Amino acid sequence: MTPSPADISFIQSAATWLVESLRTGLSASCTLPFVGDVYVVPTLGGVLVALGVLLRLTQWIWSRLSPGSPSNRAWRQPWGPMLLVILGVGCLAVFYGLRPASPASNEDLILLAVVSIHIGMLAAFFGLPAFAFIWAERKISGRIQDRLGPTHCGGRFGWLQSLADGIKLIQKEDLAPAAADRMLFRLAPYLVVIASFASFLILPFSDGWVAVALDCGLFIGMAVLSLEVLGVVLAGYSSGSKWSLFGGMRETAQMVSYEVPLGITAVIPVLICGTMNLNEIAHMQSGWFTNWLIFHSPFTFVAFFVFFTVTLASNKRAPFDLAEAESELVGGFHTEYSGMRWSFFFLAEYASMYFVSAIGSLLFLGGWWTGIAPLDSALHSMLEGYPGRVLGMLVLLSKAGLLVCVQIWIRWTLPRLRIDQVMTTCLKYLVPISCFLFIGSVIWPLFWLSVAGRPTMLPGQSIGNRVQVLSVDPTQVPVHSDHGHGDHHDHLDHRHPHGPSSHEAPGHTGQAPAVNPVQEVTLRGGR
Amino acid sequence: MGVLVFTIFALAACGGALAVVLSQNVVRMAFWLIISLSSVAGLFFLLNADFVGATQLLIYVGGTVVLLIFGVMLTAQGPYTNLKTNPGEMVLALAVGGAVFAMLVAAFTGVDWDANSDQIERKFGSASTQVAGYNQQDEGSSVRRMGAALSGIRTESLRDGRNLKRPGYLLPFEIVSVHLLVVLVGASYLARAKRRVAPSQSSPAA
Repeated sequence: MTPSPADISFIQSAATWLVESLRTGLSASCTLPFVGDVYVVPTLGGVLVALGVLLRLTQWIWSRLSPGSPSNRAWRQPWGPMLLVILGVGCLAVFYGLRPASPASNEDLILLAVVSIHIGMLAAFFGLPAFAFIWAERKISGRIQDRLGPTHCGGRFGWLQSLADGIKLIQKEDLAPAAADRMLFRLAPYLVVIASFASFLILPFSDGWVAVALDCGLFIGMAVLSLEVLGVVLAGYSSGSKWSLFGGMRETAQMVSYEVPLGITAVIPVLICGTMNLNEIAHMQSGWFTNWLIFHSPFTFVAFFVFFTVTLASNKRAPFDLAEAESELVGGFHTEYSGMRWSFFFLAEYASMYFVSAIGSLLFLGGWWTGIAPLDSALHSMLEGYPGRVLGMLVLLSKAGLLVCVQIWIRWTLPRLRIDQVMTTCLKYLVPISCFLFIGSVIWPLFWLSVAGRPTMLPGQSIGNRVQVLSVDPTQVPVHSDHGHGDHHDHLDHRHPHGPSSHEAPGHTGQAPAVNPVQEVTLRGGR
Repeated sequence: MGVLVFTIFALAACGGALAVVLSQNVVRMAFWLIISLSSVAGLFFLLNADFVGATQLLIYVGGTVVLLIFGVMLTAQGPYTNLKTNPGEMVLALAVGGAVFAMLVAAFTGVDWDANSDQIERKFGSASTQVAGYNQQDEGSSVRRMGAALSGIRTESLRDGRNLKRPGYLLPFEIVSVHLLVVLVGASYLARAKRRVAPSQSSPAA
């Protein structure tokens, strides 16, 4: 069978696309379509087929390796992988059956490749931090307790310990207690993992490297992350065990109440920047590190620490890990779980630890900016900004990683609170404090405006001023429609009249926007 | 192609809703409610109404269902509470539900959808051409327009340069928020009062 001209042109264009995307950065050339797009279907199909085949293969290998093992029983049932494969093939068939037979289908296929790569990358960013931080948790806790932690696995430092854990967990038998509500018991871990994974959709890893650049990105992230509690509660309820039930109840009470200060402290940067788009919030903090929102006012400085405390609680990390208090509840909501289902909870926990840390560093700690204006400026003016984006990603990863390490440090340092202390901390202290911080950061610029004639304490132009200049002179608005953001270095100097982000004009000043905002909101990532 | 995704979400929403009605276990009902409400959120995302979709997730799935499960867990006498309906209730519920369904069907079929969409197209212009797989111009940009409309600035009238001055929705918003505050204060008052009464009642008995 010889390739048709259409096929050849497809291969050519795919190669062009690959080179292009490597040059400009994957997501800078295109962003992942949201659920509204149909390419989710074939991608899902492909992923399902691959998963099913992989699972079946593992089963087969395992049954060869240990024919007499008691846990082998669990691996003789091919129904799970079979179902996955059937579902996946169904998705693919539906997609290819409905695919339009037009020249544009080449583009469709390229998009399919793009989407697959995006989902693969997202999955990697979902899994790898968990992988790394589980190892870090063991290592750091070991050092804090004057032990060595893992030392042998993977050569040195035990760096493959997480993989060893994973292999051990896969081998375990998948148990469900007799008293459990089987359906809910089996589905609950998936809810947790899906919620945690979906929140990564809106997380920008660097300038424009985001799966879905949405205007209400932060809001969706918070909304999706709050669904994690459902899985925990259902797990606790359906286990048919009192320990689990208590764990689930504590978790709900804790999550429902901690969502209030979490929302209020997350709104403070939104208030300052006038946007919920995480890309834009991070762009507002370009330039020297004094532009980071944590240094914006004393209120935001405190707000960061409140936010961090609240994220500890919302991730059920110590000292707020009441839901899994070993000393009183055995394992809390995951007492009855074993094997992969158990590890799903922890995969989700570490992934969302990483997620909230990344959100924290995007909101308060300057996101992907190094905080050294000339460095950022130089890197972003070089090679269409690609080195800058790569460095930005490393910077964001390290900022978030540092925050995760602090979470681990806190976990192994502080004792666990009682449930009434947890609730008191939230309702009596954190909620009023965060309300006060919110009001304070509203008043702060007004106060300095009346006292010193400028809305900030430090000299230099404030965010509000930059935005005002923008809305007065819309011709200066740079429209990000091209791949390379060659004009980026302009924005890095915070005294430059151009705002780093061109879209704040309407909401912030209250004036009539001079340009149609719809035209402007193709965030970097539009074609 | 959007039709396919719409079908998936719509089927999940309707199937979830049916399962809520048909299942006997309260917590399973809550689970099916999660499926149904999340699919509705998916439908919102499909319509580029990202803010509404996120709100749906946050308030209904993340808030109401959690509270529902929480309530069941706190009040249930035994494990896995089942709801048993007697035939009389079933008949009544069928009558009421059937009436509502008939009304909805009548309303749905009573509208001339083609004429309506023509009208909308004449008023706002046709929908933007879709470039599959890339972020569309309109996608994910509803928040700022909603915020502006809340304070009285309509972006669609900005486009034609018509009159911008509109009252906005700040007053209703404030009224709703004050109402919410009253509810919160009342709830905490009720919760406190009950706890204070409890020891004085139990002490004479002991």
